[in-house]
Amino acid sequence: MTQTNATKYGMVIDLDKCTGCGACMVACYSENNVPFKKDESNKLDSINWIRVFKISNRKPYPDTEVCYLPMPCMHCGGIGDHGHSPCVSVCPATATDYDHSTGIVSQIYTRCFGCRYCMAACPYHARKFNWWDPVWPGDMEKYLSPNVSARMRGVVEKCSFCFHRYQLAKDRAYHEGRHQEPLGENEYQPACVESCPAGAMTFGDLNNPKHAVYTLKKNPHAFRLLERLQTNPKVYYISSREWVRRAGDNYLSHEETGSIKRAAANHH
Amino acid sequence: MKATEAPLIPPGVKRCPTWQFVVWIGLAAAVLAWGVYAMILIWWKGLNQTNMNDAYGFALWIWADLAVIALGGGAFFTGFLTYIMGQKKLKAIINYAVIIGFICYSMAQLILAIDIGQPLRGWFIFWHANVHSMLTEVAFCLSCYFAVLVIEFIPLILENPKLQAKPFLHHLSHNMHEVMAVFAATGVFLSFFHQGSLGGVSGVLFGRPFAFREGIFIWPWTFFLFTWSAAACGPCFTILVTWLTEKITRKKLVKQDVLQLLAKISGWMLLTYIIAKTADTLYWAMVTAPSKGFAMMDFYSNNPLYGIWILIAEIVVCGFLPALILITKKGRENSFFMMLAVVLAVIGVCINRWVMVLQVMAVPLFTFKDWVMYTPSWQEVATTIIPVAFGIIVLSLAYRYLPVFPQEKELNPVGGSAK
Repeated sequence: MTQTNATKYGMVIDLDKCTGCGACMVACYSENNVPFKKDESNKLDSINWIRVFKISNRKPYPDTEVCYLPMPCMHCGGIGDHGHSPCVSVCPATATDYDHSTGIVSQIYTRCFGCRYCMAACPYHARKFNWWDPVWPGDMEKYLSPNVSARMRGVVEKCSFCFHRYQLAKDRAYHEGRHQEPLGENEYQPACVESCPAGAMTFGDLNNPKHAVYTLKKNPHAFRLLERLQTNPKVYYISSREWVRRAGDNYLSHEETGSIKRAAANHH
Repeated sequence: MKATEAPLIPPGVKRCPTWQFVVWIGLAAAVLAWGVYAMILIWWKGLNQTNMNDAYGFALWIWADLAVIALGGGAFFTGFLTYIMGQKKLKAIINYAVIIGFICYSMAQLILAIDIGQPLRGWFIFWHANVHSMLTEVAFCLSCYFAVLVIEFIPLILENPKLQAKPFLHHLSHNMHEVMAVFAATGVFLSFFHQGSLGGVSGVLFGRPFAFREGIFIWPWTFFLFTWSAAACGPCFTILVTWLTEKITRKKLVKQDVLQLLAKISGWMLLTYIIAKTADTLYWAMVTAPSKGFAMMDFYSNNPLYGIWILIAEIVVCGFLPALILITKKGRENSFFMMLAVVLAVIGVCINRWVMVLQVMAVPLFTFKDWVMYTPSWQEVATTIIPVAFGIIVLSLAYRYLPVFPQEKELNPVGGSAK
């Protein structure tokens, strides 16, 4: 089923505003009980649901420019937006699922048996494996969020767009007799978006004209990461700088930045 | 040989002294024990014992799985030729092909059990099966085919002289032989799908432009290429192991015309496969990869290992070259060239499986990321060697106690020098 009028949650990140402070990462760790190692210097096996990359235009001083790029799970809709995201279609045990009512890709930790096929399939490296048992220093275990289950060794985890917050918001709406109505824009916001001091991150229903993301995603400088792979991500980025937009995808040397996106738009 | 062991040895053949056999098995068992120790360490402490990481979710073990299954493909394809295509001459080698297949498939399943993060949940792949996943298809077909291999192996085990003395077991083995064509056909059907699904595992990854391939309906081209290459190179591995066994035992066990027939068929399979593989590579390099924004050389430069040499090695040196040797009568008749071709074909299919797993993981997809290289830990290496040690033990036991090679007696009349 193609997702058109249903709620489709997504994010728009304005890279011109992002300062690279990392508050989104810290908030995410805290909100989602993300485990960490004693020594986090090896980023290849550390778990983070959102990671801020520092990218550069690779020009020598004084033309050097840098940009900070936060990268959560893209919650891909897959080719044709049918919900066959790269990871969902490959999971042999149906441990990851595409929710057609929200567009959110979930991970069922207790069903995952750790084959890591989803990690091999995800071009964004959004999926992280629990190589170790989670160990919480001191009495930190007492401060874990009761709304998010802690994961065990040997399973894959990833950003859920703070789905538990969506569930809490839905519960509240139901309690208030609003369960037939869509949630308001501010009723459901992920922790990373709330924590961003620069206001670089915006979250909402990409299909709802009343939500800011609906308009923001149409910004002429908006783009998505690796769009040419047809993963159909729900995270959009905005940058006024051409080199940043070009860094977000792969182009042959003769191709102009955004040329494929324009060709696709004309085709539609 | 000890008198107590003599009744277990098939009549009319000569075997080495018991002490020599025990030393030989002991050496293999020592290597196996090393692997088992690493395996227990991994099950106890988890996959942090490996050098895998979030960039290398798939690594040495998945390569080993794909490689042993391709090499074990000699069982299904030789069975197909013997029982379905009526190449009765190949009955001289089919037993060995089945045992090699049994070893490869049992070990592939063991490696998968080591490779998963939650081994106790391994059965979820059947219970919560996702029909869209190529890995699900692999799990079902692989398990079913392994059952077929066990059924094919049982009548041979029952041919041990001690077991043959029991009337029930004697009749059971006879009757199982009678219906073996049915199981061979089942094996071919199942193998076609799981070998193909293993190709599909990487071919469907539309987020990984190095692996992704177009195809027909739900099957990417790699689905067909993997089945084809397993059918081509699996028999080469059977020939190689037979040749090694002959060297170790210092006996001729299979007539040369049988090996040459299998080599000839392998050669034609390899040639047609490598032509298809070349066409697939060209289409990928000129159409698929550019449509994703990649030039072909992006996948073969700026890293310490994966140069264009690996593609040339796979397609030319280990593809066209052995194929051309094997389809030529003179090439097959020269034992050096025939074995060279067989070894190259085996290396070629292993390179193919390597790049379709490891290179896929290594390639950077973002312009701001670099290649990620990987070196396996000793635990990964030790567990990957388990199939070799286990294989040596099973083959040695089978050769010693079972009439594996029907031509052995004829080729080695008792009284000649033999071990």
